[in-house]
Amino acid sequence: MAARAPNGAKKFRAFMNSVPVSVALYLLVIGMIIWSAYSGAQSMGYNWQWYRMPQYFYTLTDDGFQWGEIMIGLVKTIQLSVTAFFFATVLGLLVALLRLSGLVIGTAVAVAFLEFVRNMPILVLLYLFYYVLGPVFKLDRYTASVMCLAVFHAALISEIFRAGINAVPKGQWEGATSIGMSKGQAYRYIVLPQSVKFMLPPMTGEVVHLIKSSAIVSVIAVAELTTIGRNLISDTYMSFEIWFTIAAVYMVVTLALSIGVSRLEKKYAVQT
Amino acid sequence: MVQNDTMISVSKVDKFYDDFQALTDVSLTVKQGERVVICGPSGSGKSTLIRCFNGLEFHNAGTIVIDGIEVEEGSKGLRRLRQEVGMVFQQFNLFPHLTILENLTIGPMKVQKISRAEAEKRARTYLERVHIPEQADKYPAQLSGGQQQRVAIARSLCMQTRIMLFDEPTSALDPEMINEVLDVMVELASTGITMVCVTHEMGFARKVADTMVFMEAGRIVETAPPEKFFTNPESERCKMFLSQILDH
Ligand SMILES: Nc1ncnc2c1ncn2[C@@H]1O[C@H](COP(=O)(O)OP(=O)(O)OP(=O)(O)O)[C@@H](O)[C@H]1O
Ligand SMILES: [Mg+2]
Repeated sequence: MAARAPNGAKKFRAFMNSVPVSVALYLLVIGMIIWSAYSGAQSMGYNWQWYRMPQYFYTLTDDGFQWGEIMIGLVKTIQLSVTAFFFATVLGLLVALLRLSGLVIGTAVAVAFLEFVRNMPILVLLYLFYYVLGPVFKLDRYTASVMCLAVFHAALISEIFRAGINAVPKGQWEGATSIGMSKGQAYRYIVLPQSVKFMLPPMTGEVVHLIKSSAIVSVIAVAELTTIGRNLISDTYMSFEIWFTIAAVYMVVTLALSIGVSRLEKKYAVQT
Repeated sequence: MVQNDTMISVSKVDKFYDDFQALTDVSLTVKQGERVVICGPSGSGKSTLIRCFNGLEFHNAGTIVIDGIEVEEGSKGLRRLRQEVGMVFQQFNLFPHLTILENLTIGPMKVQKISRAEAEKRARTYLERVHIPEQADKYPAQLSGGQQQRVAIARSLCMQTRIMLFDEPTSALDPEMINEVLDVMVELASTGITMVCVTHEMGFARKVADTMVFMEAGRIVETAPPEKFFTNPESERCKMFLSQILDH
């Protein structure tokens, strides 16, 4: 009996992991979630109006094809995220290099920055940029948002850089140094190119994280997906449909990104 | 006075790793074209000594002058020095993300700023010299250990070094690949380049060494020409060491 138990457990796991069973279970769980949302809405007497949703993606009228508000918001979100990610990466690399510089002052500055950001709620950071630095440096709400997101994510990205750089074996530094490369050249031609493969997966996670946290800027009414959602709801009162839709749009974008990058990784992995 | 044909001049060098003294009062002179083989038990400071020659480590006391350039942390001459001194490591340390050809051209192109065409010409010359011209477009991981080590030798030579340092270049290799690397090193020795090799390949040492150096516990215990070193070493420790490694 005791000997058969693990065997039975194995069989049970194999059964649960088989494709039809997994799909059925998955659909069951999703179905239950949707059903509970629907029945909850029904019991409040919610009036579903899904048929009104497509116009917020696009409209086809006599004037021709036009993108709807959700799509415009999505583009703004992507724009904001890409810009913030660019600055976050530059700043993150800088902080990582400072940290690795071996200079006491460099390390101190980097650690102070990391601790500051790490212990600050992103919402407070945003208020700091918009309500404090904003008036001082004449930042508009978009610039303040980009800066807030960039600073917040630079801290996380710098740790990714640091881990990636440290993952390159010490012998690579020695090889580069022994042919006369400066530290900068060794970073640029030898170490950073090799750390890319260590950094790609966590970096993707970070982009996804950034896209999600970019929603926070809706509190200072920067035009982007979440803000658009709020505006649409105050016009139409279709909060269930719109929030479900906005959530789905975020998920589609972030999932597509993750899948795209993991494909890219596989391709890279085969090459070298 | 340092004579003109002195390539490496080490004088009263101490080296510490934190509290641990890895080198104690080491002095050594290597003339231009001289071939020196350093041996000694594990942990005796052989690697540490030659790593101090090109500033991979820095000594704490005494002086090291290589081809007229004093080795000193943060000094301006350091990068010039490293271009004159090639180093071959036990673990090859090739750049895995670059092809063999790129491994050889990146130094000349980025450090010496010569054109790609010229760098490639130079690289192919040295790949010939180490007998693997046909591997130019592969990546290091696609080569055998012996081939990788020969690429590493060629990579150093591409910087047109005047001194070559070897740190146990064959001890990470499968036995059947050791000779192909040693053969290249013997050929290299005949070109008149100055060589300092840390190795326990005594057959190689007999063939090429002008001077044998025996180290123990961070000190140079014995320095002698190979005839004397192998037949009649002065120190007991050296005798014992030799009998241990030659008995196999
Ligand atoms: N980076 C380091 N930090 C601290 N101690 C070190 C370091 N490198 C070497 N040592 C110590 O210094 C001593 C000399 O080391 P070294 O590598 O020069 O010896 P070696 O003669 O090359 O030995 P092996 O034959 O094992 O390569 C050893 O005791 C070693 O533990
Ligand atoms: Mg060693």
